[in-house]
Amino acid sequence: MLWIAIRMLTGDAMKFYGLLFGIAFSTLLITQQLTIYYSLIERGASGVYNAPEAEIWVMDPVSRTTEVNYAMPATALDAVRSVEGVEWAVPHLRAPASVRTSTGDLEGVTIVGVDDATLIGLPERMLVASKDILAQPDTVVIDDTGITNMFEDGQDPIGERLELNDQRAVIRGVADSIPSFTSQVTLYTKYSQALNYVPGSRNRLTFVLVGISDGEQLADVVDRIEAQTGLKAETRDDFAQAGVQFIIENTGIPTNFGITVLLGFIVGVAIVGLTFSLFIRDNIKQFGALKAIGVTNWSIVKMVTAQAALVGSIGYALGVVGTVLFIYGFSGVPTFKGFFIPWEIPLVSLGAVIIILAMTGWLGLRSVMRTEPAAVFR
Amino acid sequence: MTSPDATETAICARGITRDFKAGQSVIRVLHGIDTDIRSGEMTYVVGESGSGKTTLISIMCGILWPTDGEVKVFGTDIYSLSDTELVNFRLQNIGFIFQQYNLIPSIDAASNAAVPLIAQGMPLEPARAKATELLEKLNIGDQANKLPNQLSGGQQQRVAIARALVHEPRLVVCDEPTAALDANSGRRVMDLLREVAVAPGRACIIVTHDNRIFDLADRILVLEDGRITHDGTDMPDDH
Ligand SMILES: Nc1ncnc2c1ncn2[C@@H]1O[C@H](COP(=O)(O)OP(=O)(O)OP(=O)(O)O)[C@@H](O)[C@H]1O
Ligand SMILES: [Mg+2]
Repeated sequence: MLWIAIRMLTGDAMKFYGLLFGIAFSTLLITQQLTIYYSLIERGASGVYNAPEAEIWVMDPVSRTTEVNYAMPATALDAVRSVEGVEWAVPHLRAPASVRTSTGDLEGVTIVGVDDATLIGLPERMLVASKDILAQPDTVVIDDTGITNMFEDGQDPIGERLELNDQRAVIRGVADSIPSFTSQVTLYTKYSQALNYVPGSRNRLTFVLVGISDGEQLADVVDRIEAQTGLKAETRDDFAQAGVQFIIENTGIPTNFGITVLLGFIVGVAIVGLTFSLFIRDNIKQFGALKAIGVTNWSIVKMVTAQAALVGSIGYALGVVGTVLFIYGFSGVPTFKGFFIPWEIPLVSLGAVIIILAMTGWLGLRSVMRTEPAAVFR
Repeated sequence: MTSPDATETAICARGITRDFKAGQSVIRVLHGIDTDIRSGEMTYVVGESGSGKTTLISIMCGILWPTDGEVKVFGTDIYSLSDTELVNFRLQNIGFIFQQYNLIPSIDAASNAAVPLIAQGMPLEPARAKATELLEKLNIGDQANKLPNQLSGGQQQRVAIARALVHEPRLVVCDEPTAALDANSGRRVMDLLREVAVAPGRACIIVTHDNRIFDLADRILVLEDGRITHDGTDMPDDH
């Protein structure tokens, strides 16, 4: 009987494709929007991800994220270094600055000063030149998204001179980094050099990056740093989460994407519900005949379930493949750099598809159940 | 399975009453029908539109509950069965021919004719083979692989007949089987039905308006306003 059910469905090509389209479209919209949402808010943590060696971030107690920070006195570094379980601790400076390009444009940038000796604080990989290039005087390394923001297409940024707080800076390398939420240009330089670029106030040490000794637990070291120094310490994961949370709380992004996802769901319910109820209505006589001949209600439930499962699984697969192709297709575009589909998102859209089909299948089934077998003689 | 006794009682109907609600009021469509339908005979139920023919045979074949009365089909009191038992009883014992055929448009003639066997749990291929045999007997064996919409009305009706007979039911019920056919096709279909559906131990009830085929009946019941007013081998003279 299931074979008959499937043939009933696929035999009506228009409605079959309509159902597939509805499910695929819903899946695509929900999966794709959730992926973009997830990847976008993850950028709130890009500062953390771009300094991969740091296991613990130490900061002033009022600092909230890599971008929303308050500088500490320089003595904080030694205080952190003296805490038991701290294997190494290096200074890390993050500060906004205005830069004047050689063409005279003014651009807002983030200056990141990394430890002179170890270069800890740089992104993991470089696209142009090696990390050692920072040893050369007046050198800055620009992040790859920064290039597209600051320079015209095809212009080679290497060797470009910039003016930072009346200081000379020359771009000598490009870092492979995750763009920040605002896609603002980031310029990496040595800590000692960064101090020159950032207008002088007394305190300019924004973070201390920490690695822990073998055999230590992250949580223990965090507690010890906080108790001993009075500063705030967060593990890499917690601090990344704080950055994401900041975006969620301070932008309209969750609402906007939430609305789109809801629309995807509603459109799915509308298209699938309408098409499926049309399909059931067109076949109600046949279902009635089957009931009269002697097909039990339970068999009919299985038939309709098989029909829903078929369009559901094909439509869902098409939608997910569509999303993957979309993300893959746009992975070269800086706006979508680093976007990926976490496994939870297809599960969410699968749940949505199941709800859509359960709702519409139930409605269709109800009208089949209600059909009296005697109706076939009318 | 079947008894050779041609006069065995197939259906024993006693005191069948059926009411329908029409808005506020209740209309009595059948007024205590008592009759027996015998195996080995082709019984016609005739009467004016609205006289209750469809209602009567629906009750006799277990798809419509009577308001009152008892129906025994081959000895089984069908309305004392549970829902599932009744569905299964129909599947094993009754073949249906509907006026509008109600074939499934997206499966071919052989599969349509095989539906009762498939519903009984027979695998697709043997079920189709058995159905194709029957289609050959009905002279449309060469149409077995065509979809219903590729067949003429008469051919579709034969597929519907094959579907009604493929599982060798003991009772076959037809409501207006020739209404959609021209005179010649209608007569051919009825001849065919006589040939295949009437056998010892097997009963066939046909509801019809079609006076062109009255001469093919073994027995004619005339229904007027929910009562049987004539029961004989021919039509009464006043019709
Ligand atoms: N489900 C129903 N609800 C209400 N009234 C019904 C229902 N089914 C039948 N009736 C009424 O019962 C009466 C008999 O109907 P039935 O269909 O049995 O007549 P019939 O003899 O088959 O007529 P026809 O020759 O037109 O098919 C009619 O008046 C009809 O309106
Ligand atoms: Mg009728």
